[in-house]
Amino acid sequence: MNDATKRELKTIACKIRMGAVTGVFNAKSGHPGGSLSVTDVLTYLYFKEMNIDPKDPQKSDRDRFVLSKGHTAPALYSTLANRGYFPVDELTTLRKTGARLQGHPDMKGIPGVDMTTGSLGQGVSTACGMALAGKLSDASYRVYTALGDGELEEGQVWEAAMFAGHYKLDNLCAVVDYNGLQIDGKLCEVCSPEPIADKFRAFNWHVVEVENGNDFDQLEAAFNEAKATKGKPTCIVAKTTKGKGVSFMENKASWHGSAPNAEQYEIAMNELKAQLSELEGE
Amino acid sequence: MADVKKVATRDSYGSALAKLSATRPDLVVLDADLAQATKTIKFKEACPERFIDCGIAESNMMGVAAGLAAAGKKVFASTFAMFAAGRAFEQVRNSIGYPHLPVNIGATHAGISVGEDGATHQCCEDIALMRTIPGMTIINPSDDVEAQAAVEAALDIDGPCYLRFGRLAVPVINDRPDYKFEVGKGVLLRDGKDVTIVATGLMVNEALIAAEDLAKEGVDARVINIHTIKPLDKDIILKAAKETGVLVTAEEHSVIGGLGSAVCDVLCECCPTPVVKVGVQDTFGKSGPAVEVLKLYGLCAENIAKQAKAALALKK
Repeated sequence: MNDATKRELKTIACKIRMGAVTGVFNAKSGHPGGSLSVTDVLTYLYFKEMNIDPKDPQKSDRDRFVLSKGHTAPALYSTLANRGYFPVDELTTLRKTGARLQGHPDMKGIPGVDMTTGSLGQGVSTACGMALAGKLSDASYRVYTALGDGELEEGQVWEAAMFAGHYKLDNLCAVVDYNGLQIDGKLCEVCSPEPIADKFRAFNWHVVEVENGNDFDQLEAAFNEAKATKGKPTCIVAKTTKGKGVSFMENKASWHGSAPNAEQYEIAMNELKAQLSELEGE
Repeated sequence: MADVKKVATRDSYGSALAKLSATRPDLVVLDADLAQATKTIKFKEACPERFIDCGIAESNMMGVAAGLAAAGKKVFASTFAMFAAGRAFEQVRNSIGYPHLPVNIGATHAGISVGEDGATHQCCEDIALMRTIPGMTIINPSDDVEAQAAVEAALDIDGPCYLRFGRLAVPVINDRPDYKFEVGKGVLLRDGKDVTIVATGLMVNEALIAAEDLAKEGVDARVINIHTIKPLDKDIILKAAKETGVLVTAEEHSVIGGLGSAVCDVLCECCPTPVVKVGVQDTFGKSGPAVEVLKLYGLCAENIAKQAKAALALKK
């Protein structure tokens, strides 16, 4: 990836983070930690990888994305808004009465949301269904889904993994946002689903392990490898930093599902603004 | 009665799917390792490339169905009622019901007439569970003719549909030239003025027999077939309540949350009328041959007639 593209993606990711944090702050609830860890994956998918058109969100040959870790809707909404599906200003209505930005993704009400999710483990199954539909119709679209690492504790994930492996859904690419933390603490201490890569391999997936899932060069290499892989679905196990981009939220399980207060919001936004100026000044 | 044609509605389901395979290239049928029992095997034989076995993983199957529907396919997802409505309830609610996706759930082996397999497989709660999901259509056909018509009609429903089929072969009662199936429309099978028997599924035939027996005793019973439990045909229920003054509901399902409850929900708001509910009385099932088990739980013409007579005393 050339430097200009990388800088552009970093700039967009920074804006997406600002939108996600702003949404959660205004809602006074939501999930900032996992929103910030998965932001770079979403940025890469929506601004580099996927065949989509914000002016025609339902076009039939589009690539699909399912946010199986639906609680990180603030990042998805901010990504969609920054991509042009709806105004960025609308992010302040997140979780508000009468707003269309529901607490978890709602495909019926929000432009660009391909599947309703929020109950962990379910999104990946629906992504399998979309990929299967593509296979049955000889369509060329690809289906992407992002899973939380804690989400892997849901049994349904492994039913879906078995299904995708069995039916050789090579048009399906799952990304595990491997930030190592869940609500009750460290993934390895709560009820560990590790080793993650080995498990997906055992379920007949091609696996790409990404050392830094917040790095666009590494993400690009992984998504290219996924696209080139035939006969198997691909799982990208991407190590990320929970709370990435906001210093006091980084690697803290406590920021999984709590909103910043006004003072914390100001600090967070100032940090992100500084990152943005640095990128724009580069 | 020996020469009456009998067909299990699960067989009707499989036959209807197989027929539709030729005319509906967008139709995909899912099963969870029960194709031989749910009879989706008939579709598989007709159209193997659009039959997808999900293995013994019902939760994932419902999600796959949702994804297929979201991508424009017409889907039937099949398993036993216990696993479709029970095990996968939350997947049906969140991945299918909430986004209002047009997924058809073909739930076979519903009710107590599963017989020998016993309580773990005798699902008498599925209608209750499905009724609570906003936008869910629930169809419980009474025989082969109705079941096949329901499968076809389900393809045109906007949103999810739960279709309930049985394991036991039941008499064909709707085989007449003017038979017409309309989703959400109750069917007046026999007029009467003393009491109304509102029945669904295999209890419709029992209700007709009960009405004949009651006639011999001078009781003029109306019989209504409610194949669509949601949305319920309120008009036919209210008319019956006004004209006969008392109702007996009959279903192969728990008396909690099923047809009886749905009828009472309408009546208590619009036309308070006494109702006696024939169904499974808040208890689990037991193993045994289907017909014997049905009798044991009072799911038979004899008990319907008995309850109808008792109901007459409740009339105002």
